[in-house]
Amino acid sequence: MKERLVVIGNGMAGIRTVEELLKVAPDAYDITVFGAEPHANYNRIMLSPVLAGEKTIEDIILNDDQWYADNNITLHKGNTITSIDRVNRKVCAEDGTEESYDRLLIATGSEPFIIPVPGNDLEGVVSFRDIHDVDLMLEAAMKHKHAVVIGGGLLGLEAANGLIQQGMSVTVVHLMDTLMERQLDQPAAIMLKESLEERGINFLMQAQTEAIVGKDRVEKVRFKDGTEIYADLVVMAVGIRPNIKLAKEAGIHCERGIVINDTTQTYDPRIYSVGECIQHRGMTYGLVAPLFEMGKVCANHLAKYGIGRYEGSVTSTKLKVTGIDLFSAGDFIGNENTDELVFQDASRGIYRKLVVQDNRIKGAVMYGDTIDGTWYFDLMRDETDISDMRNTILFGQAHLGDSGHGEEQRVAAMPDSTEICGCNGVTKGDIVNAITEKKLFTLDDVRAHTKASGSCGSCTGLVESLLAHTVGGDHSVAPHLKPICGCSDMSHDDVRAAMIQKELTSMPELMSSLNWKNSDGCPKCRMALNYYLLCAWPDKYEDQSQSRFINERAHANIQNDGTYSVIPRIWGGDTTPAELKAIANVAEKYNVKTVHVTGGQRIGLYGLKKDELPGVWSDLNAAGLVSGHAYGKALRTVKTCVGKEWCRFGTQDSTHMGIELEKLSWGSWTPHKFKMAASGCPRNCAEATIKDFGVVCVDSGYELHVGGNGGIKVRVTDFLCTVKTEEEVLEYCAAYMQLYREDAHYLERTAPWIERVGLTFVKEKIVEDDEGRKKLAERFLFSQTFSQDDPWQGRVEGAEQHEFNALKQIRVKSTQGSDAELA
Amino acid sequence: MSAVMNGNWIEVGVINDIPVQGARVVNTDEGDIAIFRTVDDEIFALRDKCPHKGGPLSQGIVHGKKVACPLHNWNISLDTGIAVAPDEGCAARYPIKIEENTIYLSLNSE
Ligand code: SRM
Ligand SMILES: Cc1cc2nc3c(=O)[nH]c(=O)nc-3n(C[C@H](O)[C@H](O)[C@H](O)COP(=O)(O)OP(=O)(O)OC[C@H]3O[C@@H](n4cnc5c(N)ncnc54)[C@H](O)[C@@H]3O)c2cc1C
Ligand code: SF4
Ligand code: FES
Repeated sequence: MKERLVVIGNGMAGIRTVEELLKVAPDAYDITVFGAEPHANYNRIMLSPVLAGEKTIEDIILNDDQWYADNNITLHKGNTITSIDRVNRKVCAEDGTEESYDRLLIATGSEPFIIPVPGNDLEGVVSFRDIHDVDLMLEAAMKHKHAVVIGGGLLGLEAANGLIQQGMSVTVVHLMDTLMERQLDQPAAIMLKESLEERGINFLMQAQTEAIVGKDRVEKVRFKDGTEIYADLVVMAVGIRPNIKLAKEAGIHCERGIVINDTTQTYDPRIYSVGECIQHRGMTYGLVAPLFEMGKVCANHLAKYGIGRYEGSVTSTKLKVTGIDLFSAGDFIGNENTDELVFQDASRGIYRKLVVQDNRIKGAVMYGDTIDGTWYFDLMRDETDISDMRNTILFGQAHLGDSGHGEEQRVAAMPDSTEICGCNGVTKGDIVNAITEKKLFTLDDVRAHTKASGSCGSCTGLVESLLAHTVGGDHSVAPHLKPICGCSDMSHDDVRAAMIQKELTSMPELMSSLNWKNSDGCPKCRMALNYYLLCAWPDKYEDQSQSRFINERAHANIQNDGTYSVIPRIWGGDTTPAELKAIANVAEKYNVKTVHVTGGQRIGLYGLKKDELPGVWSDLNAAGLVSGHAYGKALRTVKTCVGKEWCRFGTQDSTHMGIELEKLSWGSWTPHKFKMAASGCPRNCAEATIKDFGVVCVDSGYELHVGGNGGIKVRVTDFLCTVKTEEEVLEYCAAYMQLYREDAHYLERTAPWIERVGLTFVKEKIVEDDEGRKKLAERFLFSQTFSQDDPWQGRVEGAEQHEFNALKQIRVKSTQGSDAELA
Repeated sequence: MSAVMNGNWIEVGVINDIPVQGARVVNTDEGDIAIFRTVDDEIFALRDKCPHKGGPLSQGIVHGKKVACPLHNWNISLDTGIAVAPDEGCAARYPIKIEENTIYLSLNSE
């Protein structure tokens, strides 16, 4: 018989946990859910837009009755659990229903706090927590005029905005002298207050409510100083309290919330708890993102994949008021040990502050332009050392280059028709509709449904902002904790560490040892694992061509019509008449449609059919030309200028330097593509300062530059150091490439990698640690001994033939009406 | 043509001609057909044309009973030819018969 799981609370955390459980172990339990509210599960966050008239209740239902039926879940709507009998393992509901459990999940959420003043139970006094409250407010707005909102926090302001939209006159009463004091510092709070006043909301600051006055229905609110204001509706939005009554009565250990451990279990190990009702490592939470993280861990534990642990969350806040962009996260006030970095442009309505300690971001507040909120938030959660970007960090990630969105970064103010994703033609309206209609909570969800930011990714910041604006944030975990893919809960770093520690040298071994959920993996993890294994065990690992993207499998780039391109290596951009003739001959012989001088100082032949490739390569090989790896997550090009040999300004032989670098590094597989350049003087004609590794020759030697990118988002390199000799350049380059190979995540180019780990880390390993650098360079050279064979030659000689030939040709003599003729 | 081919099984090769978690192509007058082999040695045949923008599915990544298209990464179910949600579309399926490791294909798409 299946085990029985009972869930108390049909809200966001409880049902998210059930969804996660169904994903990993659909048949593990007979599931019964009790919910006090008479509704199916809905998106509580969206009550604000419902109140503002931007959405309807139907729009915000997450799981309708049919979903419960489809998944064989018994749902008791409008039925409150009144007691838990832990000895007999059963729960008892209001209407007398009893249900026994093997495991119990308490997800009772929280209750709005009602301030203890006379009159707080009069008709017309409501909280802002559920559909019932919203109905009461909407009803009041039809009949009445004056609304008073007590509480100038997130909920209070969203309520006030909604009621203004419903045509009421609204006064927000706040005990403190600034709004949202738990999320905003003073300058941001003042800007916010001004914007809300412009929308017609009145504020009474530092006002302490003494009584709510009225006969049957509320009529006035009176304050400590004796003043009174008219009120037909009073909304209490002063805070929430974890709903722990039921658990407490059942003898489960509670403090402020129900105390849970890292596997989301309470002190009774059969009883789990997630959501706003819990307390974990001393913290309680009032936002959805942490609840989703807990839900995932809880589901994995219920499914007996006991590897995930919940280790607490760092949260960020967003106000969902149309037209207002605001972001806050972490400790944004600071203390005597922290520094403040502040950018303020009052007339443009822009303010940003970062609180920094030991070169790590501790908190952030932003007002006006919040496009970089998610970037700061990621840096903060990853505890990235920002010492090398401190002087520009306030200008945001986009200071590194404007990736096509011009000045316009304020998503809240954009019209729905604005194109956000240029690659796929997706507008703001498309994205916002998808988020609300398809119930999306993370960037990955939005990508899957709309394709926005799924191609080149340059609009990621805008999409994240839209998501934040619509549902209050990207509800996914910190970047360094993100699982490698859906097949595992381990992060990239964890997988690589385990691979080395447990000496896992093949993919099946790795997947079984690390409890992969799909024995077959998926396109995401298989390609990453293939690379990680190859990097860790260059002498032992046998490359799996089926775990490589087609370009790397076919050693040519697939084109939009299914044909391929061929780009031979042109060492350091230097070529010879003989090579050019060979390329020309091939182009004529195979009737190549396009011969193109590429952006990488080489020549590309386009439009070749797959079965023609070995022939083309054979001819090129004959002239000494080899694969340029223009298709690989590998060393691509080394661009050079003519340097000292010809140029009147050249200081060193940059062409020779580039050729040596290319000879050193060609054939090497890297997490993402890797490009280099060597320029003969600081005029930098080879554009070395936007390359993954760039050399700028100077009179005294060679300047080394790292982490540049000329693509989607231009990033100028960071200066690493200056060295004196060519030999040193080669050693530093080998060491740096190996560090990148061993440390970066698959598909992370050096630019984002360095922004994640910090330049200081790279300097420590490459510049300051001579011994370490030599070791890294040695490992690189060792791995090169296994990777420097021309893959084209191998295939010309017959390797992987199945890749290039059809299995069969079937020709049908259709006119004669006879059988198929098999060629 | 379908009248001619009705019920005809055409031998196209043996299972080991196709790499595990891979695919091969059969050229026909009416376009290419991709023959896939999963990790469990199941064989499927689909029109080698992605319902999105016609990408050659045979060049994709086979995982589980799905293939990820090489051009824009849509996932297509090998047993039905239907794109995995949220994407929408369908590639034609062709019947396959295996007898003692030999693969037979029928050109009557389903
Ligand atoms: C052929 C070429 C364009 C040209 O006609 O000149 C080219 C063609 C492609 N580039 Fe590029 N890039 C080419 C030079 C560049 C350059 C210039 C350079 O290297 O100096 C850049 C900017 C520099 C840089 O990378 O930082 C460049 C930045 C990109 C990017 C953005 C990378 C980024 O990190 O931002 C992509 C997309 C990606 O890699 O995900 C890309 C991707 C592509 C792909 C592979 C798109 C694809 O997936 O099919 C194109 C393959 C077409 C083909 O079959 O050849 N290509 N691409 C150039 C080949 C150079 C070579 O000889 O190998
Ligand atoms: C207006 C509003 C706006 C918000 N905006 C945001 C935002 O922008 N971003 C964000 O991250 N978060 C936001 N939140 C907070 C977010 O909605 C909550 O953090 C989240 O809903 C909590 O989930 P939960 O499952 O713990 O509790 P709930 O969603 O409250 O679910 C608990 C459920 O349990 C039921 N229940 C309680 N006791 C019992 C019992 N004894 N028997 C049966 N059922 C019981 C309750 O009726 C309730 O339905 C907002 C909240 C509100 C009210
Ligand atoms: S070659 Fe590069 S820039 Fe040109 S279309 Fe392709 S990816 Fe875009
Ligand atoms: S053509 Fe297959 S995903 Fe676009």
